Amino acid sequence: MGVLDRTVPAAEPVAEAPSLVTRLHGWVVTVDHKRLGIMYIVSGILFLLVAGSMATTIRLQLVVPNNHLVPPQVFNRLMTMHGTTMIFLVAIPILFGFGNYLIPLMLGARDLAFPRLNAFGFWLFLFGALLLYFSYLAGDGLSGAGSAPDVGWFAYAPLTERPFSRGSSTDYWILGIALAGIGTTATAINLLATAASMRCRGMTLGRMPLFVWLMLTSSAQLLIALPPLTAAQVMLLLDRFLGAHFFDTQAGGSAVLWQHFFWLFGHPEVYVLVLPAFGIASEIIPVFSRKPIFGYPVMVAASVGIGLISISVWAHHMFAVGMSPAANSFFIASSFMVAVPTGIKIFNWLATMWGGKIRFTTPMLFCIAFLFQFLCAGLTGVMLAVAPFNWQLTDSYFVVAHFHYVIVGAIVFNIFAGIYYWFPKMTGRMMSERLGRWHFWLMVIGFNLTFGPQHIAGMLGMPRRIYTYEAGRGWEIWNQLSTLGALFQAAAILVFAWNAIVSLRRGAVAGNDPWDAWTLEWSTTSPPPEYNFATLPEVRSRRPLWDLKHPDDPDGPYE
Amino acid sequence: MSEDSDTSDTWTLPYRGRAGMVGLLFTETSFFAIFVVAYLYYVGKSTSGPKPAEVLLLPTPILASIALLSSSWTIVLAMRALRADATGRFARWWLVTFLLGASFLLLTAREWVRLIGHDGLTIATNLFGTTFYTLVGLHALHVTVGLTLIALVFVLTLRGYVDVRHAERTEMLSWYWHFVDGVWVIVFLTVYVVGR
Repeated sequence: MGVLDRTVPAAEPVAEAPSLVTRLHGWVVTVDHKRLGIMYIVSGILFLLVAGSMATTIRLQLVVPNNHLVPPQVFNRLMTMHGTTMIFLVAIPILFGFGNYLIPLMLGARDLAFPRLNAFGFWLFLFGALLLYFSYLAGDGLSGAGSAPDVGWFAYAPLTERPFSRGSSTDYWILGIALAGIGTTATAINLLATAASMRCRGMTLGRMPLFVWLMLTSSAQLLIALPPLTAAQVMLLLDRFLGAHFFDTQAGGSAVLWQHFFWLFGHPEVYVLVLPAFGIASEIIPVFSRKPIFGYPVMVAASVGIGLISISVWAHHMFAVGMSPAANSFFIASSFMVAVPTGIKIFNWLATMWGGKIRFTTPMLFCIAFLFQFLCAGLTGVMLAVAPFNWQLTDSYFVVAHFHYVIVGAIVFNIFAGIYYWFPKMTGRMMSERLGRWHFWLMVIGFNLTFGPQHIAGMLGMPRRIYTYEAGRGWEIWNQLSTLGALFQAAAILVFAWNAIVSLRRGAVAGNDPWDAWTLEWSTTSPPPEYNFATLPEVRSRRPLWDLKHPDDPDGPYE
Repeated sequence: MSEDSDTSDTWTLPYRGRAGMVGLLFTETSFFAIFVVAYLYYVGKSTSGPKPAEVLLLPTPILASIALLSSSWTIVLAMRALRADATGRFARWWLVTFLLGASFLLLTAREWVRLIGHDGLTIATNLFGTTFYTLVGLHALHVTVGLTLIALVFVLTLRGYVDVRHAERTEMLSWYWHFVDGVWVIVFLTVYVVGR
């Protein structure tokens, strides 16, 4: 801090400047899990705005047949960067940012197990992300949209081998994502170590909030699932720079191995993202139903079950490759099995709401929409897991619709629910409920209008990833509806951003516990002090704050 | 889940370093597994020579394995000494561990020099070269990291900074070292037994 302070007196007249520099400096050098959590979430939201505008451009390009709004190369780059950004730079940082912020608070700890590793992980993530985006400035420069990756977020080798992907765009993809991935791995290890060794007195494993359980399952899964991607990226890098032959078909290399490695990462990755989103719903739904979560032990078991089963379902992304009937059958069966614990969770959330005194606040609205939309996503998921059905609709817009119902309909909706729910804790201010409702309804309408029709376009044969299409195939109306929905979503996001900015300055003061909630983060001030808790709490049930507020009727005897 | 194990006065949780190291080794296992799978998948798929059986000689790797695996034993002896606060004995066994690890690296280097210089096998020669140098090299990289950390602890020990209070932390490094040794068993079986 001293070094920067000494540079400031030269600009004496401005009284505000030193405090700003000092404040920024404080954010840069921080090892506080709360600040790092907020930095993860804020950078995720900024990348959401970037990737969202890419998606809007994609939709505008597809609104009418034979459109040439953007050149085809730019379209491929938009599509690649949209997918890569949304998965690696939006969903992961925001969800792990929540984990970062909330897990020590929920467990009654003063920080994560390794605060400096946490800062290291964040900055690795951020500079990996910036390296990926630097590709726009590199190579041919801005005029030719740089050398941004154009090989799809899955970057199938051998198409990404040197002869087929010239220049350095693929290298930016490999290095940027690998760096960000190492940062995320560090965070995952940190979260697991925190839960193992930093819980406050009485916080047994069976009393941890479900959000913590789900973050932990997700982190453990990440530790298994991310290395296949990193390993495959190392192999691809060796192929591209040292002339190795991992994916070089002319030297006997396999054209399918990359797909196996990628989806061995890619499918568990979906659960790495959706489990923390489940965790958010599992905190919000009980609080706004005024009931404890229904079937806590079953919820934990189902989550861990999803984590285990989802490691063995990856090749349902590859039915069209032509695997043996035995392999197909195995992956059909395992994909069906993962629907069982997922279904259990949906019924448990419904049972939590059943007979509850439901408060329809903005976070709760997002969670309710999540339940419906995730159900659709699950149903189309089971359909796509049937190999013969999959052969008909593989690589069609039906698939695009399915996974956007998962990633937007479930994950992004729960991210919004989480932001509305914990914003008061993080900032000390409430977000506007009125703008929140606008955001919610624009988002629900926009989302379903965008991705609902894509099911039909897909069944009418529209392939995914296409740059444009001929008129007269019956796809026009569905694409127009889809684009209209995208505009609704864009409006929703703007309302959200406006709400966040305005509420940060003028929102109602939140107090410690605005939602009358039960987990430990609500027992400290909003925002919490750097040390979280003046005295470390002691826990006797799954709802420590309920016990505190109702000493005559504690939870303990019922658990 | 309802039984109150916490009503007693003891509330002890595992050392955070242990949890962190378990996490690291867990993810490293997954990382190595992919390279082992790639190796096994490509066994016998090279379209040109040299083949593993023609160029892989057993004496050097067996000698290297003996060095590396015995270093697991010496690091256990070192840890016992440190826990007994016998810093001198710790430093001696720690140094032996370092030397055994370093001789493993030297033997590997000797094998690579022969393979590249004499047999003309590089990472770009064929699939065997590609997978061999990647898998063995990845392991050697981990040995190098381990040796660097062991050397660091040794220097700190000579300067008198390491005693029984650091046993728990030092033990985490020994866990990493055991892991690297364990991985070598898999790599050896993959490359010199199954793959040959």
